[in-house]
Amino acid sequence: MEDIRTGVYICHCGLNIAGTVDVEEVANYAGTLPAVVVARHYHYMCSDPGQALIKDDIKNLGVNRVVVASCSPRMHEPTFRRACQDAGLNPYLFEHANIREHCSWVHDDKRLATEKAKDLVRAAVRRVSFHEPLEIKERPLNPNVLVVGGGIAGIQAALDIANGEHRVYLVEKEPAIGGHMAQLDRTFPTLDCSECILTPKMTEVGQHPFITLLAYSEVEEVVGSVGNFKVRVKKKARYVDEEKCTGCGVCEEKCPWKVDSEFEMGLGKRGVVYVPFAQAIPHVATIDKEHCVYFLKGKCRACQKFCDAKAIDFEQKDEIVELEVGSIILTTGYDIFDTRRIQQYGYGKYDNILTGLEFERMTCAAGPTEGKVLLKNGQQPGSVAIIHCVGSRDENYHEYCSRVCCMYALKYAHLIKELTKAEVYQMYIDMRCFGEGFEEFYRRVCDEGVNFIRGKVAKVTDVALTEDEQGRLIVAAEDTLLGRMIRVPVDMVILCPALEPRSDADGIAKLFTINRRADGFFMERHVKLDPVATATEGVFIAGCCEGPKDIPDTVAQASAAAAKALSVISRGRVVIEPTTAQVNEVLCQACGRCEEICDFHAPKIISKDGLRVSSVDAALCKGCGACAVVCPTGAMSVRHSTREQIKGMVEALLEV
Amino acid sequence: MSFEPKIVGFLCNWCSYAGADLAGISRLKCAPNVHIIRMMCSGGISPFFILKALEAGADGVLICGCNLGDCHYREGNYKTIRRMTLLKKVLGQLGIEQERVQLHWVCASCGDEFVDVVNRMTADIKELGPSRLGVKSRDLTR
Ligand SMILES: Cc1cc2nc3c(=O)[nH]c(=O)nc-3n(C[C@H](O)[C@H](O)[C@H](O)COP(=O)(O)OP(=O)(O)OC[C@H]3O[C@@H](n4cnc5c(N)ncnc54)[C@H](O)[C@@H]3O)c2cc1C
Ligand code: SF4
Ligand code: SF4
Ligand code: FES
Repeated sequence: MEDIRTGVYICHCGLNIAGTVDVEEVANYAGTLPAVVVARHYHYMCSDPGQALIKDDIKNLGVNRVVVASCSPRMHEPTFRRACQDAGLNPYLFEHANIREHCSWVHDDKRLATEKAKDLVRAAVRRVSFHEPLEIKERPLNPNVLVVGGGIAGIQAALDIANGEHRVYLVEKEPAIGGHMAQLDRTFPTLDCSECILTPKMTEVGQHPFITLLAYSEVEEVVGSVGNFKVRVKKKARYVDEEKCTGCGVCEEKCPWKVDSEFEMGLGKRGVVYVPFAQAIPHVATIDKEHCVYFLKGKCRACQKFCDAKAIDFEQKDEIVELEVGSIILTTGYDIFDTRRIQQYGYGKYDNILTGLEFERMTCAAGPTEGKVLLKNGQQPGSVAIIHCVGSRDENYHEYCSRVCCMYALKYAHLIKELTKAEVYQMYIDMRCFGEGFEEFYRRVCDEGVNFIRGKVAKVTDVALTEDEQGRLIVAAEDTLLGRMIRVPVDMVILCPALEPRSDADGIAKLFTINRRADGFFMERHVKLDPVATATEGVFIAGCCEGPKDIPDTVAQASAAAAKALSVISRGRVVIEPTTAQVNEVLCQACGRCEEICDFHAPKIISKDGLRVSSVDAALCKGCGACAVVCPTGAMSVRHSTREQIKGMVEALLEV
Repeated sequence: MSFEPKIVGFLCNWCSYAGADLAGISRLKCAPNVHIIRMMCSGGISPFFILKALEAGADGVLICGCNLGDCHYREGNYKTIRRMTLLKKVLGQLGIEQERVQLHWVCASCGDEFVDVVNRMTADIKELGPSRLGVKSRDLTR
């Protein structure tokens, strides 16, 4: 048997570790452990000189096992594995002891922390003695990219990748792309028209030779891993042939039935067969089966009669499309908090209480009021209150700040002044104007004579206490600057509801095996250093599915995610993790328990030279270890998490 | 000297280990009694390891996995639950108190929950006192 020569390296991490752990004592102690030939401590093991210590010892002292005790392996395990590899040692002959996150940072008592660090180092030294060199294989990678969600985030990411001449499949669940940005009127702080800057991008997506747009579609299944995902997409039946439809809109005109338009937030109507909005991409009609009288009663077909292109097809069926891609970008965006949940604000109970998105549609020249700010009775309001933080920064609903409301509230104040000359009241908790040009915009709106009232609104009511309040909406709030309750009678109230995770975010997270944060948004791999990657290699996130943000931040993240996907593509191949399950064919009884328990169908009982044994497909195996637990003979084990390795750690931890 | 229990913690890499890391990153403080072993998934934690730990003298064994539904390998933690139910029965027959082996779900953003789990479990085991199994096996090897 090979002679085991272990090198142990204790990192000070400045004072992050050395402040609480006596690193010298730990190094001295490590030097006394079996098979340890050298034990050192150093200021920063991850630095070049730190790594050089390891490399030199491998070369000069014949070190063939390496233990570094420093930060979390989730942080620097790859760094030290690479250092080993650079010096010619198989990277799997390395073990990381976490004495920072799990020791020095969570303890105060230097004595106890030092003892714990010694225990952790002893366990790592024992474990590494059982490590085996593993072979790293590579396989080719599919350069196609799947983008899920066609809001501005998905559009930006798709274009960045497609402009690099790589195939992008853009899946959008609604009949058209554009997301929330398509519904916005003007955008803060520059007040440029949302549609004007979005439409050219949507058109480019629709015409791009490298983008395959799958609108009105949903992802149903994802299997595989980075480089080689197989994705099943359901293309929902529109009952309109996309190829034939010219988007002329005659069908919608002729459809005798009208329902509330989702795009107009219910302030306008659409036909049961409809093109969602004028600039919609793809520019084709869709039949809303749920409301279609032909589907409900078997009679009508008005649209079909009038369609010159013969595009209406009541026989159309859902279609399954199978895609092969190498990486995935999720850009599924956000939902709007349901303001009905805060009953005391009276949304749905009183007229003239609008949500932010409803107001966007109202000020939009192409919207249901042709850009006029109007009350239910058709008149202009004389006064408007804008209530911030509805469902945000509120421990009963969402604790986080939704990051865009302060700014669009200022935008509304400006627009109301411009369009109506009404008195405007901003009811805010704190004004958060942190982005480029935001503070300047805030100043500008202040100078336009808008009233700012600091304090949380208690309720909106129509119960008048004075003559002046008669027939109006009264906003009751605590003015925290004056320190007293106030009542502001107004004609119109605009609520700024929280941006919240999509109602199906949980299902989407499971489908793509990524995590969600406590607030429900998708979780990044590292908050600061890896903000668009996820726990799953090859799956990236961008835009509001990662948390509330404005358009500039969304676009920046989308381009970042595209760059990540492009970097996967340009690498051209993927490393196959060797940490998969393996079968000892001598011990295997072919009982089939591994085959049964594996959720990824990796082990299969096969016939080999006339003998029945289990065999693991390494491309399918994820290395979870479930099979090794159920194997009654000990034939199954997962490389790099073997019984000996874990048992060795357990025993070492509990010695002394 | 007061009794300082030795607890071995098996944490899945994807949620719980990340949660324990977050406790450190946020500089939260917890009892120093839990020594963590990183596993890929709670579903890969064999009862053999748990029994091994108890036999080798652990006063407690903590098992942490992702919240139900959040397992990186889809259903690993459901396998863990099923196994733990059986294991608890076996422990009872061996005369080992159930509280010595605890299963908790700790998510990747659950730093404070993890600290809570560690502190509560340490307190539970301090109350129980040293594991008899551990004392016995230590005596035998001596
Ligand atoms: C009232 C209001 C006013 C605003 N005003 C401004 C402003 O003036 N300036 C500014 O910078 N920002 C503003 N914002 C913020 C802006 O809306 C967001 O920054 C931006 O829309 C985020 O884009 P996104 O692509 O991440 O998400 P979204 O716009 O939500 O797009 C997500 C897309 O993904 C699709 N999708 C969702 N789930 C799935 C699925 N499972 N499968 C397939 N497709 C799916 C959706 O249908 C949608 O098309 C405002 C927000 C609100 C609420
Ligand atoms: S569980 Fe073990 S013995 Fe049974 S088939 Fe699988 S590897 Fe062979
Ligand atoms: S380690 Fe997990 S994924 Fe691999 S074969 Fe075993 S059960 Fe299946
Ligand atoms: S990965 Fe955490 S329980 Fe399976």
